[in-house]
Formats: sequence, C-alpha cells, structure tokens
Amino acid sequence: MKPTTNKPQPAELSIEKKIKRRNFISFTTFFIAGGAAFGGWKWLYNSPEEKTGITGGARQPLRRALNKTELFFRRIFSNDHVVKTYPKERAARVVRVNSDIGLTDENFDASRWQLSLVKKKGEVLKINIEELRALPKTEIIYDFKCVEGWDQIQHWAGLRFIDFIAHYQLHDQAKMGYVGMETPDGGYYIGLDMESALHPQTLLAYEMNDKPITEEHGAPLRLIIPVKYGIKNLKRIGMINFSDQRPRDYWAEQGYDYYSGL
Amino acid sequence: MKVIHEKHPLAMRWTHWVNFPILLIMIWSGMLIYWANDAYKIEVFGYTLVHFFPDWFYNLLHIPARLAEGMAFHFLFMWFFTLNGIFYLLYTLISGEWRQLVPNRHSFKEAWQVLLHDLHIRKFSPPQKKYNAAQRIAYTAIIVMGFGSVITGLAIYKPVQLYWLTWICGGYHFARIIHFALTIGYVLFFMIHVMQVVLAGWNNFRSVISGFEVKELQPVTELVPAVKKVQLKPKKIVKQSQVTGKPKKSDETDHK
Repeated sequence: MKPTTNKPQPAELSIEKKIKRRNFISFTTFFIAGGAAFGGWKWLYNSPEEKTGITGGARQPLRRALNKTELFFRRIFSNDHVVKTYPKERAARVVRVNSDIGLTDENFDASRWQLSLVKKKGEVLKINIEELRALPKTEIIYDFKCVEGWDQIQHWAGLRFIDFIAHYQLHDQAKMGYVGMETPDGGYYIGLDMESALHPQTLLAYEMNDKPITEEHGAPLRLIIPVKYGIKNLKRIGMINFSDQRPRDYWAEQGYDYYSGL
Repeated sequence: MKVIHEKHPLAMRWTHWVNFPILLIMIWSGMLIYWANDAYKIEVFGYTLVHFFPDWFYNLLHIPARLAEGMAFHFLFMWFFTLNGIFYLLYTLISGEWRQLVPNRHSFKEAWQVLLHDLHIRKFSPPQKKYNAAQRIAYTAIIVMGFGSVITGLAIYKPVQLYWLTWICGGYHFARIIHFALTIGYVLFFMIHVMQVVLAGWNNFRSVISGFEVKELQPVTELVPAVKKVQLKPKKIVKQSQVTGKPKKSDETDHK
C-alpha cells in the first residue's frame, strides 16, 4: 500500500456521527430482520396444504415439524412410564360420549360380531368375544384425555394388547412398526406405533364400570390406550392388522398429529 | 456534551425481539387450542364475571374450529420459544448480567417507591442502575413465567412420559390452569410494558434496538449550585442524597 501521509488522517468520529452510525446500523438490521421474520411468517401461514395420503389437512412444513417432533419425543417413551391410576370410587359414573364416527351402521349386530385379525395378507383369523373374555382380564382406572383438552377418570377392563399378542402368537407381527385398527364399517380407523400398542396399559376393552361396554362406547370391543389421546382409542374394533408403514388414521388425515402420544 | 452510554447487550436485544413474535404466535395458537375446551371463567357467588372467552372475542380473532391447526403451530414454535429462552438464560447467567436483573434485598421496598413515583404520588424515585426495582421484579418475573410456561406446557403435552413434571405442576388440571394463567399474565405484562416504554420515551426505546442511550454529560461547574442547595439544607442531605444527581439520570447511574 502507498503511504497516505499526504492525506489528512480521518479524525475520530464525532459523538454525533457515532450515534448516527450506530443508530443506522442497528435500525437497518432491525427492520430487515423484522421484515424477514414477517416474510417467513407469511410463507409459513400461506404454505400449501399437504396432499392427503396417510396424513392430511396440515400445512406441509407444519406436518414435517410434527413428524420431527414425534421422533424427538419417541426417545423418551418407555414402558416404565405408566399412566397414573386411581381408586375405583374416583371413576366417572356417566362416561362422556364424544363421537359416534364409525358407529353409525344401522345393520351392525353386536351379537354376530367377530374380530378380524389379519395375521398377514390373506390370512385372517376370526375371533369372537367369548374367546377374548376367556383370556386374563386387566382393569384400569385412569384419566382419559381428549385432544380437545377435557379429561375424565374412567374405569375400563379387558385384555392387555401384549397378552393378546402372546396368546395369538403374533411375535413376528409385533416386530413390525405399526398396528392398524378399523371399525367394521371402515368409518373410523387408527394407526399406532408398535411400542405404544405394546405398552403394558394398552387394553382391548370389553367392560366399562364392571359392565359390558355399551354400544355408544364401542361395544363389544374397543381400544383403551392411555399413552394416546382419545382420538386413537378406537371404538367397536372390527379389524386389526400389522404393517411397517403407517396405517391410515382418521384424524391424522384431518390435520392432527399422527403420533398424538401422551 | 453528549455521551454514548452502553445499556443493553446485543444478545439481550436479539432474544428480546426474537421472543416477541414467537410469544405472539404461541398465545394465538394457544387460543386455537384452548377454544376446543374453553372451561375457564371467573365466578363470584355463582355469577360468571368473566368467561374466557366470549363468542364475540373468538369470532373477532377467527379462533373457532382450528384446534388441529393450533396444535401444529404450537408444537413447532414451542421449540423456538424454549431455545430462545435457554439461550437468553445462559447468556444472562454467564455474562453476569443477572446482577443487573435479579431483585436484591432492597428491591421490594424500592419497587413500592418506584410505583408511587410512577403514579405521580411520590416526587423522587430511588437511585437505580440499569433497571429500577420495579423493573427488576417485573423482568425477572417474566423470565420465571416463561420457564413456568415451558414446564407446565410439557406437563400437559406428555403427562404420561413426563408424569413427574405433571406431578410437580400439581396434576394435569392444575398444570393446564397455570399454563393458561401465565398466558393471561403475559398479556397484562405486555400492556403495562408497552405503556411504560411509551412513557419512558425514545432514548430508552432506542436502547433496546441499538444498545445505547445518549446522555448529556454535565460540566462540573453546573453541578455547583445543586451542591450548594444541599449544603443550605444539611438536614436533607441524607434523605435526598439522590437529589444531587436528580437533574440528569445519567449521574444517578454513575454515582452508585
């Protein structure tokens, strides 16, 4: 570099100039960052809805976020983390009915009901309710939680899903990633990650408050899965199958988190 | 003569302004969720004083029937809210800035004097450093509240996996109530905060963006009359020692 001795040395910035300069830099940054944040929000808010497949109804980036968040929280899932249970007296006498989706088929006859257990493609085992009642019964009185925000202490009894797996020798199926369940009319359907399904408090329930489950609560057999929100607690199970891909899920198609775990 | 007086460090300014829109989105998406089971109200002798929230309020903000959407937003922005909070906390602890922030043993008494001063009941406010006593309490409280929102939020979000958190929060119902009440708290804080910032004026507001305040440094000679005045009334020296510095807040700051 050439010596600049001839040029006048730049004087120390005056206080006024310093103030001006710093104001300019910081306010420019502020407005650019603010504009970028606003633009980012607009982008997210107006981002296209995902194509309805297994999941649907959510903005694409938000669905990706839900799925990523699921992966994070699945790390803290453990069979040792059990839902709190209560004494029988605490259970609600009048159990809340929140939905009849999948229960509206007028031709449905509970006395002729059979569970279709799809062991693999083309191999379906039909099971009637007496068979299931003959297996060890487990009771649970716990706080049922709805995705809407309400909860209620309820008393259910039935067969643990792990006992069901063991009895019907579904060990190979239990190594797959997911369980799918549907109502007989296919009007309501859910998918469960295998670890949640195999949680020791997951029940195939046939009793409520020591009596057979009523029709509106999903007679003759319904799912009670305390590690999930109510939306996964399918009533009137018609079919159970296993898969390595996510089975279709009624509420996940409508913008809700597929995992919906508690 | 003007001087630049450094006030807010860069990290504090960034986290403050990053937090603002995130908290706004959390409150909004939280309302989308809350709508689905809007159970809270304030009742006095069986008469409902306030219902959270009335229909006109929901309709005004287009809240109804957006639960799934609310959850999707809430469970994305909770990450940003938490990370920004952790970053701020770590910075404040490690830099030693917490000394300027956390209330000390005088703060609770002084905060009362600040309040009286702000309400124009008391003429002088107690001497202060960066934050006055009321600010120390309010700003520390808001950090604690943020922490509380994350904890109660997790307690509601994963009440089985994080059962111990739910237990600490006094159960599922209580955690949800605290989570809600804290949000109401943010809104109240916000209203007072904005009002105070408006009243405090430009110099103060600028410092949260550019980091500094501009102060008028007084030549020594100008201070003399003030000192004389005090000497004339020796009785009041102790009581009004702050008076000497009173004409310019900059001096108060430097005295201490």
